[in-house]
Amino acid sequence: MTTQKNSFSVALFSVIFGLIIGAVIMLVFGYNPILGYVALLGSAFGSMQDIGSVLTQMTPLILTALGFTVAQTAGFFNIGLSGQALAGWVGSIWYALTFPSMPVYFMIPSAIILGTGLGALAGAIPGWLRAQFGASEVIVTIMMNYILLFLGNNILQNTMSKGIKVSAETTKQVGANASLQMKWLTELTQGSSISSGIFISLIMIVVVWFVMTRTTLGFEIRAVGLNSDAAKYAGMSAKRNAVIAMAISGGLAGLAGTIEGLGNYLNFFTQNGSPSIGFDGMAVALLGSSSYLGILAAAAIFSVLKIGGLGMPMSSGVPFELVDIVTASIIFFVGASYLIKLIQVRIKAMDDKAATNAAAKKELKASQLEDKNQKGGE
Amino acid sequence: MSLMAMLSLVISSTLVYSAPLIFTSIGGTFSERAGVVNVGLEGIMGMGAFASIVFNLTFSNTLGSATPWFGLLAGALIGLIFSLLHAVATVTLRADHIISGTVINLMAPALGVFLIKVLYGKGQTVPISHDFGYASIPGLASIPVLGQLFFAKTSGPAWLAIFVAVLSWYIIFKTKFGLRLRSVGENPQAADTLGLNVSRLRYSGVMISGLLGGVGGAVVAQSISLNYSASTIVGQGFMAMAAMIFGRWNPIGALGASLFFGLSQSLAVVGAQLPLLKTVPPIWLQIAPYVLTIIVLVFFFGKTRAPKADGVNYIKAA
Repeated sequence: MTTQKNSFSVALFSVIFGLIIGAVIMLVFGYNPILGYVALLGSAFGSMQDIGSVLTQMTPLILTALGFTVAQTAGFFNIGLSGQALAGWVGSIWYALTFPSMPVYFMIPSAIILGTGLGALAGAIPGWLRAQFGASEVIVTIMMNYILLFLGNNILQNTMSKGIKVSAETTKQVGANASLQMKWLTELTQGSSISSGIFISLIMIVVVWFVMTRTTLGFEIRAVGLNSDAAKYAGMSAKRNAVIAMAISGGLAGLAGTIEGLGNYLNFFTQNGSPSIGFDGMAVALLGSSSYLGILAAAAIFSVLKIGGLGMPMSSGVPFELVDIVTASIIFFVGASYLIKLIQVRIKAMDDKAATNAAAKKELKASQLEDKNQKGGE
Repeated sequence: MSLMAMLSLVISSTLVYSAPLIFTSIGGTFSERAGVVNVGLEGIMGMGAFASIVFNLTFSNTLGSATPWFGLLAGALIGLIFSLLHAVATVTLRADHIISGTVINLMAPALGVFLIKVLYGKGQTVPISHDFGYASIPGLASIPVLGQLFFAKTSGPAWLAIFVAVLSWYIIFKTKFGLRLRSVGENPQAADTLGLNVSRLRYSGVMISGLLGGVGGAVVAQSISLNYSASTIVGQGFMAMAAMIFGRWNPIGALGASLFFGLSQSLAVVGAQLPLLKTVPPIWLQIAPYVLTIIVLVFFFGKTRAPKADGVNYIKAA
């Protein structure tokens, strides 16, 4: 699995091409693309509340994308982000509801540590199984997504006491002592479900960047990912680093789930499938080409499209799914950056040709002029 | 419930749940044997499911009870066309295989539901009137005991899938095409040196995976879910991918792994009807297939080895 470092221009071209494909699809099915995109922008930026929703959507995606990237750097393909996030979500909500009178300065750090830890554990298990027994982490994480999904629902429906639930399928909301929502943010965004989680996510970008590029641990993880035999020969433990990398990856996903719980929804309810933040985070990581600033930008684009898409059916009649098609197309062009580079080379070649042609013409003219002048002079 | 009845219930439901996994995991085997990692099986199944349901709803009046079999063809065709996206991206445009596969997975449910909304005005279709149901295989069903267990009131697509598995094994390991396909998955440069067309072989590997993945999706749609919505294909493609790895990139292995997954899934579904499993809390039956898979993988299989050039783009020197 090679990570492709894409230049900014490739990303820009990809977004433009993706939007063009969306427009073509709208045209083909008889919708007005201009109306559609105006509705999208209006719904993503129309009010402070919309902007709050975009930021709320970005928060977990940044974290799961970081998690995917850390695992990928170590040579792992972590499809289990969804399950790991779910573990953090269920664990933190259960914990917060069980201790409703714990003071806030104690509750929030401990709940976050618990949720992150559960995610880390769920990530470390497949890492250890691969390091110790060579079991494919792809299979194990896929299986663990199902196990955690069913366990999570079962804990909600059968294990949690009746006192902390409003129905068999939904828990009560966590109290003010565990909520990550902040009054001034909520008021600023006219009651969107934004929380301090967005700051946690932004800080984690810097933290993960620092750990992965500026510390011995990060160096070892990268070395193991690039060539585990060479890393072993240099005295690094491939097994230890595999487990740690997967634990960090799962921990970031667990943190994402915790923030979804304590910041966005404030409760837990029966899930029909693994939370989508896992797979979406994977897409964000790929769109951001696994660079840290790229992840931030990709999460922003992804979230603007998602939130913007919600407003499309109402005002332009375009089905919401169009934005997912656009997102997929954008990632397609990022992946197939060879195509864009090829086009860029073509354009450049054409420019060069035009330039040399123009220069040749100029020269020709100049020489003709000279000839004339010479003739004139005779 | 008599032992016979219990066994035949378990066997027939195992076959129903295995069939889509068998088709799709064998499709994945073709793709990866040619050196193209196919994470997009999930999306391909989704398009197959979509196509088969639209076909089924449109033609069920004219084709009658043969409709689902033609729906299978529709799913195969659309799956094949959709997989071309993956082939073009990975083989021609040198995209990362994981990125391209993820695109397929993001695109399929969005495109499917978008088209369903355009066609029918709502996010899911009505149930189909002609599904696969249970059929008896003429002749074989009259064998005493065995016939009753395996061939009477059984799943037609599952037996087709088992036939396809054997045929695929023969194609991959006993024919010239199979040898060539495997060679571009192991060492494309050597294959190229010998005059093989690496691109064309990789295209055919991916397209076969599209065809079989589409069939797999069509089987889910027409024998289990019976309509199309965003939740028709949720995870079966990933299960099929797991079955492919579990089966060590061998069609017979994939068949075995798929039957194992199918058996454990069916136990979770029909377990409540069986006297022995009735007392087990449902949660254990639910997670058992996945826990068992991990245990079997860890203790009995250990290291799995993918084809050597799996996921590696071949860039021919100019």
